[in-house]
Amino acid sequence: MTETTAPASLGAKPGGSMGAFLKRHVREYGILIALVVIVAFFQVATDGIMLRPVNLTNIILQNSYIVIMAVGMLLVIVSGHIDLSVGSVLGFVGALAAVMIVEAGLPWPVVAVVCLAVGALIGAAQGFWVAYFKIPSFIVTLAGMLVFKGLTLWLLAGQSVGPFPPEFRLIASGFVPDVLSDGTLDMLGATKINLFSLVAGTAVAALIAVMAVRGRMAQARTGAVDEPFAFFIMRVALISGALVYMSWLMADFRGLPNVFIVMALLIAVYSFVTSRTTFGRRIYAVGGNEKAATLSGINSKRLVFLTFANMGMLAALAGLVFAARLNTATPKAGAAFELDVIAAVFIGGASMAGGVGTIVGAVVGAFIMGVMNNGMSILGIGIDYQQVIKGLVLLAAVIFDVLNKQKG
Amino acid sequence: MSVILEMRGITKEFPGVKALNDVTLSVAEGEIHALVGENGAGKSTLMKVLSGVYPAGSYTGDIVYDGEVRHFRKIRDTEDVGIIIIHQELALIPLLSVAENIFLGNERARRGIIDWRETHDRAAELMARVGLKENAETLVDDLGLGKQQLVEIAKALSKNVRLLILDEPTSSLNETDSEKLLGLLLDFKAKGITSILISHKLNEISKVADTITVLRDGAAVARMDCRRAEPGGGVDEDDIIRNMVGRSLEDRYPPKGDRVPGEVAMEVRNWTVHHPLHSERRVVDHVSFHVRHGEVLGIAGLMGAGRTELAMSLFGRSYGRDISGTVAINGAPADLSTVRAAINAGLAYATEDRKTFGLVLDDTIRRNVPLADLEAIADRGIVDTHREGEVAETYRGRLSIKSSSIEQRTVNLSGGNQQKVVLSKWLFADPDILILDEPTRGIDVGAKFEIYTVIQSLAAAGKAVIVISSELPELLGITDRLYVMNEGRFVGEMPTAEASQEKIMATIIRSGERV
Ligand SMILES: Nc1ncnc2c1ncn2[C@@H]1O[C@H](COP(=O)(O)OP(=O)(O)OP(=O)(O)O)[C@@H](O)[C@H]1O
Ligand SMILES: [Mg+2]
Repeated sequence: MTETTAPASLGAKPGGSMGAFLKRHVREYGILIALVVIVAFFQVATDGIMLRPVNLTNIILQNSYIVIMAVGMLLVIVSGHIDLSVGSVLGFVGALAAVMIVEAGLPWPVVAVVCLAVGALIGAAQGFWVAYFKIPSFIVTLAGMLVFKGLTLWLLAGQSVGPFPPEFRLIASGFVPDVLSDGTLDMLGATKINLFSLVAGTAVAALIAVMAVRGRMAQARTGAVDEPFAFFIMRVALISGALVYMSWLMADFRGLPNVFIVMALLIAVYSFVTSRTTFGRRIYAVGGNEKAATLSGINSKRLVFLTFANMGMLAALAGLVFAARLNTATPKAGAAFELDVIAAVFIGGASMAGGVGTIVGAVVGAFIMGVMNNGMSILGIGIDYQQVIKGLVLLAAVIFDVLNKQKG
Repeated sequence: MSVILEMRGITKEFPGVKALNDVTLSVAEGEIHALVGENGAGKSTLMKVLSGVYPAGSYTGDIVYDGEVRHFRKIRDTEDVGIIIIHQELALIPLLSVAENIFLGNERARRGIIDWRETHDRAAELMARVGLKENAETLVDDLGLGKQQLVEIAKALSKNVRLLILDEPTSSLNETDSEKLLGLLLDFKAKGITSILISHKLNEISKVADTITVLRDGAAVARMDCRRAEPGGGVDEDDIIRNMVGRSLEDRYPPKGDRVPGEVAMEVRNWTVHHPLHSERRVVDHVSFHVRHGEVLGIAGLMGAGRTELAMSLFGRSYGRDISGTVAINGAPADLSTVRAAINAGLAYATEDRKTFGLVLDDTIRRNVPLADLEAIADRGIVDTHREGEVAETYRGRLSIKSSSIEQRTVNLSGGNQQKVVLSKWLFADPDILILDEPTRGIDVGAKFEIYTVIQSLAAAGKAVIVISSELPELLGITDRLYVMNEGRFVGEMPTAEASQEKIMATIIRSGERV
């Protein structure tokens, strides 16, 4: 029955034409290009302040907790749900840590572990209702948002609690020590470069490039290469180049922040989990069509439950980072963070209906928001305009998505 | 007869696919014009171009309607001139009444305030015209598919239709409902309404069509005039097939071979299932049956007999409540309490409702095919994307899934090709007992033969295959043994060798009288 197979005009086109490929993947490239354009714009507009080592380090520190939560939120949104409670949970965990460390004097590593567990439990408790009783996640987590906001107030008795011991604060404000050089090797006598940061950044960039090339070669063996060569080179060069450049810039300041390492690990691990593991695949299937997924033998309920537990844990981690960064726990901590996190995920190309979105997209989305915040603050644009502009960017990104889909 | 519609040199491209290539279609006023072709030939696409779903500018070529070149920019434009399309997947709102659905978007209202009196009177009138005997206030959700189809047609009539387009209207209808619908088309023809009919059921086509246009790979390859054929003979179905697939097809069904069914693979006793919402209603009522290794078993019955419900309740209790009864697989009691357990017990169920239960539409062919058995392409939880690609390619080739590549999203596949992806998924899961629910719905003749071949080779390999189908010839052509189901109960069993369409229908009717 060869006659009925796809004829040449409809057949597979390994490599594909550039135009057709670009049309299909316009979103993924679009957002990367958008980030580059926005950074470039502010670099010019701020007379180069944007990419100064101090400022770059700052942007990363300022957005670390949003990025950490965006990673968890992506999974929740891909599975077809939403979590509005993350801001409150972040605040609650920070308060819990403060009470236990500052007031009860417990050792901080123990407290950190307890806090992560509490976060996971909170997520699990919400996920339980969403997954097993089909209570809409919007409502369950809206309730959670109120509950944990209240509990934070109660825990802190309306006061700020701090300061934290210096070792705890290192989570957020510490830098990876430079094991490769010490001050004496500084020949020019000017700013000393953190050699370790540079080497680590370059090594990771090289690793990413090697893995990408190997992946493409494996694809080529089966003739399933989809991405045109030019795009492949551009993408890999852009990502690796940006990494090297960033680590070089940061090396010039104080090196790689600890949270940067945490973030990088989270991004790497969760990217792998979402794209390459059966667990990740199933989350996409559940979000895309829960009935079909269930009828394919996928335990959708347990998956949804786990994504919420995971979200809770990441919100707790973000809570620790945030508390450590501010050096105090305040009742206001985390207010409206959920909105930034959700916005980041949608700017990153996830779909409200579920089943679509990537970790890298969500992270890039978070940085688009972060860079705009930072750039506009440097330019002295008032918080009022900032909000308006951020709102419009979110709307534009999603309109672009929807129109793009309709055209296809 | 004058020409009402001429589509000239229509070309429509999607990224990576030329769905239509310089197609010309000419339809005479007042005729029934059939559009046939293999899955993915471009039939639905051509009709979407005509009906404004794809607006002027997104394709090239001219549409001449009523002697004028038209540039339809939206569906409303085409409706205004009397072109109405009823899509392959029905577009009714389930929780609105029949009357509300008929006038949806076209409400009988004065200054925005709905005139319910007129709505219901007019609806009743239209319902009478299409022979729908229901209350205008009944919810569409409570109607069977056949009646829903009539609601769609009533809706079309409410808009002063001149050219009615029906995309596979009978694919999910039983014989009686199909007959009724075709009768209606002939009625319309007598009243001067032109119709374009897309169908894979060639017997219907040869019964009602005046002219047939055959599409192949996005091009119009033949135009057949049925009126010139000798009286009583109509066109030859074999001729249509030859034009569709480019060669003749000797047999509609592959030989069964001389296999002898072996041990009993699955034995179901007293299976009873209640309706999920109306718990007093027994949808499946004390059903007992068995299927053997190496056997193709058919379950015949009218739409709504409870066959799908039986299958889904067996498959991990995916349907119904208060389920009772026992199942033994290979002689031992089997745990089918969840879908996972059922799959582990060797069972698989390929759904009849591909969009709701079968596919993750936003995902690619590559991602959909291995979904029921991801472990098979993964090592300790990590997916081997290379193997995944191979698997998807294998099934794409084996079932001739027409697509630009395995990276095509399933939402953009033609209906028949979506069906093939669902089948691929379950073939890949490699079950011992495979339940296929309407496996060839919306599938073209050539591809049907391939699917039958796959079914026979599964049986030859010792698998048990259960086929649920509303097409009796299909059941008679491929099964070894048949059960007849009616109103939740199994009312007859017979070896296929002794069965005939008349015998099956008689069994159904007799069981109905007894109640
Ligand atoms: N939105 C789309 N994007 C990409 N390709 C598409 C899109 N819609 C249809 N196609 C492709 O166009 C071709 C024709 O599809 P079409 O739905 O017209 O087929 P059909 O003749 O109606 O088939 P069937 O009998 O299976 O319903 C197919 O190859 C299909 O994959
Ligand atoms: Mg079609």
